[in-house]
Amino acid sequence: MQQASRRKLVVLGNGMAAGRVLEELFARAPDRHRVTVFGAEPRVNYDRIMLSPVLAGEKRFEDIVVHDDAWYARHQVDLRKGETAVAIDRQARTVRTASGAVEPYDELVIATGSRPILIPVPGADLAGVVTFRDLDDVEAMLAAAGRGGNAVVIGGGLLGLEAAAGLALKGMKTIVVHLMPTLMERQLDPSAAYLLQKAIEKRGIEVLTGANTSALLGDGRVEAVRLEDGRTLPADLVVMAVGIRPHGAIAAAAGLEVKRGIVVDDHMRTTDPDIYAVGECVEHRGACYGLVAPLYEMARVLAARLAGEEGPGYAGSALSTKLKVTGVDLFSAGDFSESDEKDEIVLRDPARGVYKRVVLRDNRIVGAVLYGDTADGSWYFDLLKKGADVSELRDTLIFGQAYQGGGVLDPRAAVAALSDDAEICGCNGICKGVITRAITAKGLASLEDVRAQTKASASCGQCTSKVEALLAFSLGDSYAAAARKPMCKCVDLTHEEVRGLIVSRALKSQPAVWQELGWKTSCGCPSCRPAINYYLLCAWPGEYRDDAQSRFVNERVHANIQKDGTFSVVPRMWGGLTTANELRAIADVADKFKIPTIKVTGGQRIDLLGVRKEDLPAVWADLNAAGMVSGQAYAKGLRTVKTCVGTEWCRFGTQDSTGLGVKLERFLCGSWTPAKVKLAVSGCPRNCAEATVKDIGIVCVESGYDIHIAGAAGLHVRATDLLGHVTTEEEAIEHVAAVMQLYREQAVYLDRVWKWVEKTGLEKVRAAIMDDHDGRKALVARFKKSQRAVHRDPWAERAAGRELHEFMPLAVLAPARRRMAAE
Amino acid sequence: MSDFWFDLGPLAALPVRGARIVRTPRRDIAVFRTAGDEVFALENRCPHKGGPLADGIVHGRKVACPLHNWIINLEDGEAAGADKGCARTFPVKLENGRIYLDMGVAAAP
Ligand code: SRM
Ligand SMILES: Cc1cc2nc3c(=O)[nH]c(=O)nc-3n(C[C@H](O)[C@H](O)[C@H](O)COP(=O)(O)OP(=O)(O)OC[C@H]3O[C@@H](n4cnc5c(N)ncnc54)[C@H](O)[C@@H]3O)c2cc1C
Ligand code: SF4
Ligand code: FES
Repeated sequence: MQQASRRKLVVLGNGMAAGRVLEELFARAPDRHRVTVFGAEPRVNYDRIMLSPVLAGEKRFEDIVVHDDAWYARHQVDLRKGETAVAIDRQARTVRTASGAVEPYDELVIATGSRPILIPVPGADLAGVVTFRDLDDVEAMLAAAGRGGNAVVIGGGLLGLEAAAGLALKGMKTIVVHLMPTLMERQLDPSAAYLLQKAIEKRGIEVLTGANTSALLGDGRVEAVRLEDGRTLPADLVVMAVGIRPHGAIAAAAGLEVKRGIVVDDHMRTTDPDIYAVGECVEHRGACYGLVAPLYEMARVLAARLAGEEGPGYAGSALSTKLKVTGVDLFSAGDFSESDEKDEIVLRDPARGVYKRVVLRDNRIVGAVLYGDTADGSWYFDLLKKGADVSELRDTLIFGQAYQGGGVLDPRAAVAALSDDAEICGCNGICKGVITRAITAKGLASLEDVRAQTKASASCGQCTSKVEALLAFSLGDSYAAAARKPMCKCVDLTHEEVRGLIVSRALKSQPAVWQELGWKTSCGCPSCRPAINYYLLCAWPGEYRDDAQSRFVNERVHANIQKDGTFSVVPRMWGGLTTANELRAIADVADKFKIPTIKVTGGQRIDLLGVRKEDLPAVWADLNAAGMVSGQAYAKGLRTVKTCVGTEWCRFGTQDSTGLGVKLERFLCGSWTPAKVKLAVSGCPRNCAEATVKDIGIVCVESGYDIHIAGAAGLHVRATDLLGHVTTEEEAIEHVAAVMQLYREQAVYLDRVWKWVEKTGLEKVRAAIMDDHDGRKALVARFKKSQRAVHRDPWAERAAGRELHEFMPLAVLAPARRRMAAE
Repeated sequence: MSDFWFDLGPLAALPVRGARIVRTPRRDIAVFRTAGDEVFALENRCPHKGGPLADGIVHGRKVACPLHNWIINLEDGEAAGADKGCARTFPVKLENGRIYLDMGVAAAP
């Protein structure tokens, strides 16, 4: 073909998409075009994704070049390095560059990629603040790393973590600041993110999640990063890796349709038939992409088009992600937004740090997250893309491709088939032979025996079912599985075991518990989530952040829901006492908010029933103004302390029961407990406050105070047991606080005090509270610590605006026309 | 009827695994957000005894009614398990990080 009759193709941008389009085009129609490429970067085409290994020092720039100068010469491509296109004249069909050159085109391809987002905080323009997009950025980072010091990477996504890993390898003290609660939240679920964070931290990189940057500080050059919570982090280098925005300005200025990206059809054509766009700068069927796989598919479609072929169009891409940090094995693909237990398959191996989750819909894989063992990532991704029906494979799917084809084993047969040196308990390194020998030699008959004798399954408990299968196999029919009650269907461990392990293994988040204790679901269920949330709060006061979404509505909105969706409000009346002012304020609030019912409760205080949810913060503000606080009538926490009038007025009173009740209520209210807790203090054994049917009851006598526990008068009626006798009011308060804390630390979620005492044994509780002086003091100290973390009035916080979203509708759509008619 | 996608604001206005209501002249609609950032809309009335579904605990693609713990499927509004009943669903979508409700349907009888 004649040079002159060739069509003139101009390409804007010389990144990964442009490089691939040209390669595909020359393979199909080598002589069809004369090509000019404008590349803003002063270099040939290279593999951008390999910048991370270049930063880490694992590769050099020469290793990642895709097309060298010789390639351009061979294909007679006029590559204008370092020349930025600034305008397209669609009338004249020319492109103008920053240097003033004007180049005509027959066909134009825009492949300008995207631009890193700079968060608009003060100081973002200081020297020492870089993004992570091209070789210049990498060179800037390497230069900074050469000087040493502190690096702060803003953004805990793929790019941010690769940057952080590289900088840490180069010897910088590196911190990752991430806005969301978990790393790579768009690609990973919380369990995988937990493992990833652990791996990142192992490299000496500090990770701050839920952290919002408010400013970069420094005089000309960055010196520190300030977070919204006031913390300041020293920084000699700041890398912003918070996301990208498609680079479509030049197209928009030329009048092409640009939304988030340059809008293209299935053949990569823009709204001008002679202009195409490809790569990260485009928006196709509403989607923009930030990974290379879709670009390669787009490039193939576009090259076919430019070659004059009538091929199938581009239909969008399914995405998969891997993190290129050496030593971190992670894979995610498709949609793994929270699924229901019935359509997800989860496999965890806490000892090896493995987590695998495959999400199914209608027997087809729609998503997969793998951590620690990603060998089967491409197999799952392939099944996903094909939309293959996996119902036949379902039972063994999670074990991977290698397991397919074998018969499905029943668990007993499976352990029987294992060799004697097969490891059963990964945490303690116990193999099958040790366990079976112990079972026969020592006549072990229960899981507890095996745990005590061999340590197998005594740590994370993940292998519990294997150990049970070994017992069943060794003992045959004489083995009856003990009546252990697992917490819920998500896990084989009991509540008590989970509580114990949270403390002994220092597990401090829900994902940590799920992973390390081998949860069989990805994110727990409505039955275990509130329990785990409580156990973590109790074990790590002030450190673990409460998860409101794991709570029943009453505890989330600090009021009790009623049958018609309204709420009831119960202010504290300390020890049952009130004042004329408080009563007046209650009356005023009832009038002002048209509260239909005011009732005296069975707990010696007043209930305002039928309050609209939106009114709650305002109602509380008014009650707060009169000095009243939340009565926590909704809480698994201290409810009421009933009292009688005592020595203050009663002719039989032996002690100031009202005063003691007030003191106890003020001291004990606030922190969460496994179930609700009610107290009463009676001034004498006539017991007018009904102290002997309360969780904790005090009966005053001439010689001091009898402390009773474990009463109940609800679904179950039970008189209290006498715990012991003390002589002073101070001692009474101390002993009660110690009981509270012991109950908080030991009881199973939702067990009232009586249930806990019956399970534990009164003698054990008595020994811990009455006999162990130091132990008691320590319990009280821990109780005080837990109280410090919560001793704020939840009503006042909400009235001041906290969690406003709970009370305000998302939107209110008034009937505009009707309202006008009414006016 | 043509659709009228009403902009309810950014996804961030909804708590993860939570819900808020949209008041319309005809009915309250509960808009849910799952852990995987999907959105669903149901009439805010439990098929059992009218409980406010927006106040329930969201898990997977389901919500537990706060009144008597019926489990309602967010996708089709059906009660799960042995319970029988269905909450009405409404078209809702997420685009560029914002939530849109089809008012053509939501405002219709
Ligand atoms: C308001 C009140 C009834 C009244 O008008 O007097 C009441 C109302 C409710 N009680 Fe009660 N109980 C009230 C005193 C009692 C008492 C008496 C007492 O506290 O001296 C008991 C028996 C003592 C006990 O707890 O052992 C009592 C035993 C229960 C039980 C059974 C608990 C048990 O473990 O057996 C429940 C059900 C539950 O908690 O699961 C319950 C549950 C409820 C709930 C929360 C039902 C619910 O889930 O919606 C009611 C909330 C209504 C509201 O919005 O306030 N209520 N409830 C009383 C509030 C006391 C307060 O000032 O906080
Ligand atoms: C550090 C890093 C690691 C990555 N890791 C991965 C990974 O592991 N897996 C994965 O799938 N993806 C990864 N990516 C993303 C991947 O690199 C991009 O999706 C891909 O490079 C996009 O190709 P593109 O051609 O659309 O844009 P680019 O490759 O950005 O190319 C656009 C080019 O156009 C130039 N340009 C812009 N405007 C003009 C103009 N007006 N005139 C002339 N030239 C212009 C730019 O300078 C740039 O060179 C990574 C990205 C980075 C930065
Ligand atoms: S006894 Fe308690 S739970 Fe039962 S109806 Fe009365 S207030 Fe409600
Ligand atoms: S009203 Fe929803 S479960 Fe009863």
